[in-house]
Amino acid sequence: MPLPPEIDLWAKLRATTRARIGLGRVGDSMPTKDVLEFQLAHAKARDAVHTKLDTAALKTAIGGDIIEVRSAADSREIYLRRPDLGRQLHPDCAPLLKQGDYDAVFVIADGLSATAVSLNAVAMLQAALTRLHDFKIAPIVIATQARVAIGDDIGERLGAKICAILIGERPGLSVAESLGIYLTYNPKRGTRDSARNCISNIHTKGGLSYEVAADTLTWLMREALRRKLTGVDLKEEALLAAPAAAQALGTA
Amino acid sequence: MTMLNAVMARYATSFGGETYRFDDLKTVMACASARRSGDELAGLAAESDAQRVAARAVLADLPLSTFLNEALIPYETDEVTRLIMDRHDAEAFQPVAHLTVGGFRDWLLSYEADSASLRAIASGLTPEMVAAVSKLMRNQDLIAVSRKCQVVTAFRNTLGLPGRLGTRLQPNHPTDDLRGIAASTLDGLLYGTGDAVIGINPATDNVPNCLALLDMLDGLRQRYEIPTQTCVLTHVTNSIEVMNRGGAVDLVFQSVAGSEAANAGFGINLAVLREARDAALALKRGTVGQDVMYFETGQGAALSAEAHFGLDQQTIEARAYAVAREFKPLLVNTVVGFIGPEYLYDGKQIIRAGLEDHFCGKLLGVPMGCDVCYTNHAEADQDDMDTLMTLLTAAGVTFVITVPGADDVMLNYQSLSYHDLLYLRATFGVKPAPEFELWLEKMDMVDRQGRMRLPGPQNKMLHRLINAAAA
Repeated sequence: MPLPPEIDLWAKLRATTRARIGLGRVGDSMPTKDVLEFQLAHAKARDAVHTKLDTAALKTAIGGDIIEVRSAADSREIYLRRPDLGRQLHPDCAPLLKQGDYDAVFVIADGLSATAVSLNAVAMLQAALTRLHDFKIAPIVIATQARVAIGDDIGERLGAKICAILIGERPGLSVAESLGIYLTYNPKRGTRDSARNCISNIHTKGGLSYEVAADTLTWLMREALRRKLTGVDLKEEALLAAPAAAQALGTA
Repeated sequence: MTMLNAVMARYATSFGGETYRFDDLKTVMACASARRSGDELAGLAAESDAQRVAARAVLADLPLSTFLNEALIPYETDEVTRLIMDRHDAEAFQPVAHLTVGGFRDWLLSYEADSASLRAIASGLTPEMVAAVSKLMRNQDLIAVSRKCQVVTAFRNTLGLPGRLGTRLQPNHPTDDLRGIAASTLDGLLYGTGDAVIGINPATDNVPNCLALLDMLDGLRQRYEIPTQTCVLTHVTNSIEVMNRGGAVDLVFQSVAGSEAANAGFGINLAVLREARDAALALKRGTVGQDVMYFETGQGAALSAEAHFGLDQQTIEARAYAVAREFKPLLVNTVVGFIGPEYLYDGKQIIRAGLEDHFCGKLLGVPMGCDVCYTNHAEADQDDMDTLMTLLTAAGVTFVITVPGADDVMLNYQSLSYHDLLYLRATFGVKPAPEFELWLEKMDMVDRQGRMRLPGPQNKMLHRLINAAAA
């Protein structure tokens, strides 16, 4: 049975972890309240995976020139079964991307959590753009049923030196709305994942703040242009130059 | 008949008026596999249900010894194939050497195949043989044979004995906060979990952090004299460095896969595993045994590294157990639902794969456990995990993984809860490792009915542990 608060010995320890510690017990099992809380968290995580990204709302919130594209995965079921298709631009969308000469393109992609994008992408994008007034930025691209590597094709077609893709991360039970950013210098189809830098865990429930993420992101973008690379080598230098970036850069 | 036709004819069958032909042995194996998204992703799956059954019919008639004569990945270019072939024990194989794959299934299910005879043939079996026979078995066959296999290992306690179910206590934390990890650990101890290992997946995988985590776990273990082993699941090369720096390494962990190239993707080879094992053995930290290795595997790992060589994911997974077997592990587990729906789409596929992996591991003589788990983008939920853990316990699984409330807040997936262990103990009457069982009694954590005491205010151990963790 759940304990009344005055004798809840777990109160102090709960502050140390998000883990579901100190749950009650009914016989050998979880109390009803805990079972339902778990089911709600799982339902939210599944909804984050399966909800369609509201691209119209996103376009309105961002404003300006926006290109909307989709991957070769025609449905969420195909997207989940065939990661390879989620990495490819749908052939119908290729003509929308006109070759230009840009320092960077920002791609906003649903990934595995449209919820993460709806809640965080606009604020994250603005925090980044205000730090990049000197950059020549391509029109913003919104990509659906998309995985990270779709940004390679988009960046290549637009003629952008850097592709920064803001994408919904795989939802967990405690956080279903975490946004990640993958940065690729000289994006080309077939780019290896080791040639990217990743900033993950961006959300407002105790995750990385937009401001810290934007500082790290724009530092990496400037260094990427200067050194003409992204990936493992850039990450190590970033950690040496700014140890505080360690949290933002994660361990991936 | 031309040569080509002769080869073709070897893998063909007439079935219900239609003739089915398969190009080679690995195509037969792939087509005979139960349907799963990973084989479809790789373009290896049977094109129809009828073709799948036809492949099984072809497989059933093949001599078991086919797999000794025909390597699925070339001997010359793959050290896992060389390990499998060079270590094959022809004498142990003798009792089943005359059988076809179908005949082997029948023999495994016969009364003749008891614990002793299964143990005796283990070193005569190859991963490809056990993968092949598993494809002819229904879920109940996999359970019935697995529960006859006994694989006993030991370090500070004895795992794999009949009537026992081990558990890994997995107290992960998103930032490796030592107090948060201690809180999750003591919560698990109050449910009597953690006899297989108390094992952390570090959020930050580097040597200084591993040293700090190991130091905390080892201190906790010594303070309460817990007869178990602790582990930080870091890369094997980090573990070697940690041991060089005097870290408290009980078990060396590593993810392994079924081809040399897939292992290279993990940054390992057989030589580095041998080096790490030798270093851990030299520490002599075990008290009742010296099995010092802990391996994780999982269907889909080789394909995701593009190192599957046209093998279906279940067959190449079984080859990972030959890698594990070579190093006399204390523990091995498949992370069955962790890799995602592109490999195992839903609860049905995850359940089947969990039973196959356990069966194949046990038949090869590996102390096989399972992380009964799924991710939020798979078509699965806790009901499926209930089914799989129940079936695996019936099958005599060596251990399962438990996390607080089934929610791993670092790796963002769902496994089993501490509560689930109590359900399994009550339903099947299974017990923890004998040394750990005695410790639970000594610490007065068990009531007169043999149940874990409720974690209420009257629970003395709860007060002791909470005060220690809060200090």
